[in-house]
Amino acid sequence: MVRLITHNLLACHVKGCTRNNFPLLFENVQIEIQESDFNPDFLRNFMPKLEWKALVDAARQLGDTSLPLEQPEMVDEEFLKALHHVLLEIHVMEGAMVCQNCKHVYPISNGIPNMLLAEHEIG
Amino acid sequence: MIPTPDLSHLTKDDFEHVYEPAEDTFILLDALEQDAEELRNLKPSFCLEIGSGSGCVSAFIGTILGSSASMFLCTDINPLACRATLKTGTRNKIPLEPVQCSLTAPLLPRLSHSVDVLLFNPPYVPTFREEAEDAQGHRGIQGAWAGGAAGMEVTQHLLDIVQELLSETGRFYLVAVKQNDVPAIRRKMLEVYNLPSEIVIQRQAGREHLFVVKFFRQHITIMK
Ligand SMILES: C[S@@+](CC[C@H](N)C(=O)[O-])C[C@H]1O[C@@H](n2cnc3c(N)ncnc32)[C@H](O)[C@@H]1O
Ligand SMILES: [Zn+2]
Repeated sequence: MVRLITHNLLACHVKGCTRNNFPLLFENVQIEIQESDFNPDFLRNFMPKLEWKALVDAARQLGDTSLPLEQPEMVDEEFLKALHHVLLEIHVMEGAMVCQNCKHVYPISNGIPNMLLAEHEIG
Repeated sequence: MIPTPDLSHLTKDDFEHVYEPAEDTFILLDALEQDAEELRNLKPSFCLEIGSGSGCVSAFIGTILGSSASMFLCTDINPLACRATLKTGTRNKIPLEPVQCSLTAPLLPRLSHSVDVLLFNPPYVPTFREEAEDAQGHRGIQGAWAGGAAGMEVTQHLLDIVQELLSETGRFYLVAVKQNDVPAIRRKMLEVYNLPSEIVIQRQAGREHLFVVKFFRQHITIMK
């Protein structure tokens, strides 16, 4: 399951690709919504660990515009519910993630991202 | 008692290609169970298991911590292991997140100093170096055990980035066997990376003398 929480952690690691290698862009994706348990404490702890702009951009790419462009200072229940949905309930099942810099394509199939590189691509 | 994860969805055929939990898996479960209280008190955000195979270990720690309490990232080079991990997560209602990659390659920059619980039951069996290299290239079942010289060729690469991965209160649980030279591993981690360790459990299981070693950050108490 490539959820946006996972996408927010993945960078291109092709040899020499060290700038503009995060976030990866989604391509030809199929998504599925699956409900998951709401845990506000987890979300609060996780917020500072997120690359916020990458998350908002990825959500927009998948057609979800519920998150504000800036992380809000006042974190209320409504915001946490939106964050929960975007981070944990949108599953990318098929498609690919593409590096903005070197254009390397990382396929996603059956909900699993293939981030392996061939021997000569490894830094 | 924390129940061992339900793996009844995996068949004999699956275990032709994916490592079937064995004594080395169970000693790691025992170590986590022993530390369960401490692990809960850590309030981890990131658990990361390298080489998750069937997903048994990550499903177990998910059960200890609670399914929504942390993120449970898993990596494996074997695509069928990634699939098995995903299914084991679903079966046990723990959202396991498999990423097919070697060690932590695509995650390292973002997870720098962030991993709260790092787990690795590596391919630790001493083999010819070529055997380990082939196994890494083929991404099949041999990669579950072929460890090259002293059984350390895969593990060694991870040891060199543990310091970079662990959060301030993070810990790393490693499964090893006697031939891996546990005292040398511990010395290196302390001297080179300033990471002390303790042996959580060790036991003889058939022909193998197994260890679970836990590494953590040095906490310097400032003297007044
Ligand atoms: C001894 S098995 C352990 C499986 C499972 N964690 C358990 O305890 O039952 C080792 C696992 O590491 C995986 N592995 C081997 N080399 C790896 C690498 N370079 N990166 C990630 N996983 C690797 C193997 O495919 C296998 O699933
Ligand atoms: Zn790239």
